[in-house]
Amino acid sequence: MLTAQFLYGAAGLMLFVLGLWSFLVHEPLLRKIIALNITGAGVFHVFIAIAYRGDTAPPDPVPHALVLTGIVVAVSATALALMLGARLQDAEEEDQSR
Amino acid sequence: MSMSQSESRAAERNRDLSLLVAVSLAVLGAALTWLYFIALSAGAAPRLADLAYERLPGTGVSNPVTAVLLNYRAYDTLMELAVLLAALLGIWSLGPAAPGFQRSGAVLAGMVSWVVPLLIVTGGYLLWVGGYAPGGAFQAGALLGAAGVIVRLAGDPRAGLPGEGAQRWLLVLGVLVFTLVGLGLMAFGAGFLTYPPKFAKWLILLIEMAATVAIGVALAAAYVGGRPPGPEAQPTAEDEDALTAAETPTPDPTPALRPQP
Amino acid sequence: MSQLTLLIIFDGVLLVTLLALAFAAVLSPEPRRAVMLFIAFGLWLSLVWARLRAPDVALAEAAIGAGLGGALMLAAARRAARTSTRSDGGGDEA
Repeated sequence: MLTAQFLYGAAGLMLFVLGLWSFLVHEPLLRKIIALNITGAGVFHVFIAIAYRGDTAPPDPVPHALVLTGIVVAVSATALALMLGARLQDAEEEDQSR
Repeated sequence: MSMSQSESRAAERNRDLSLLVAVSLAVLGAALTWLYFIALSAGAAPRLADLAYERLPGTGVSNPVTAVLLNYRAYDTLMELAVLLAALLGIWSLGPAAPGFQRSGAVLAGMVSWVVPLLIVTGGYLLWVGGYAPGGAFQAGALLGAAGVIVRLAGDPRAGLPGEGAQRWLLVLGVLVFTLVGLGLMAFGAGFLTYPPKFAKWLILLIEMAATVAIGVALAAAYVGGRPPGPEAQPTAEDEDALTAAETPTPDPTPALRPQP
Repeated sequence: MSQLTLLIIFDGVLLVTLLALAFAAVLSPEPRRAVMLFIAFGLWLSLVWARLRAPDVALAEAAIGAGLGGALMLAAARRAARTSTRSDGGGDEA
């Protein structure tokens, strides 16, 4: 077992838990979105750590490709969530002004 | 600030609950780390990596990540482009885009006219180099999207993109070319997206080019944040007020309303 | 041996900074500051991935995750700041 693999993977798990905690505890939408992104980054980080096979062997390309796909999907979901949040805010403001 | 006040009140109200959440998540994290440790010390199971490297010469590219993305697991990439398209459809269905920012001043405009072509050229380079070195359609598309973001920040309400009709075509280009290549291969007797090694390189390059354009346009359009405004769209006064860069000299849009001497 | 120790120290610095940035981003209540910290986190993450021999993913994370995601979130943070000053009724900037 590689020490680096364990260290980096454990850090990824910490990021995952940290993001999940912030998502559950904090109320504002933007903070929730940032928290979800950090959760996702933690998952990606575990993937990259598993793919790492030391400095001499080449890394495993399959998790790398999965993470690449995941990054694009995460950012498109973030964009959609932010726009939904903006519309929600507009609707609330309209309700208040009425 | 009223926001932080209400926030702290809510935090106080939910203190017990958040403590419970924190403790259970800490337990979850510890359990996951322990499982990860067990799994790692059990030794490496047979991996797909060896197979992936073994078959690399027949894929048409020599960068293993590109080979996985566009040859071994091309389905994933096709579906990922479809997800990007679906997210953008969701954004467009929420209504028209907010008006853009005010026109940039001379310094920013000069910088933009340098940076944007540079980003586009770098995107093309990354696309080509993706066959044998780090790079590829995603990174190139991201650079195109970043160019769009910069153009919008510099005052173009449509982020340099064409009108809505043309934009729709550009957006579906990735999925369209990908599917057409797959179906064409099926018509010639190969499986869906199973490239014959002789043409693999050029088919992958074709798909990557279409995917780059689609990803770039989709990311820029997501930043615009709604159905594209028409060519006559001008930033509203409210938006210009909100910008802190009020000291940049801008041409007065309504010279006719100036008090005549 | 000493090279291995150095590498482990290097790994430790990378990871501690990464986690510190993530904590700071998550714990900051002010939207714009949180987004800035998140962008810094994303860029640092791409550094870490470059060290783990994943340059493709590092490039994508720097450009898409930190760059475009950060731009989107900054726009949202600006919007949130604007509506909060408007609902305060003061509008201290204008």
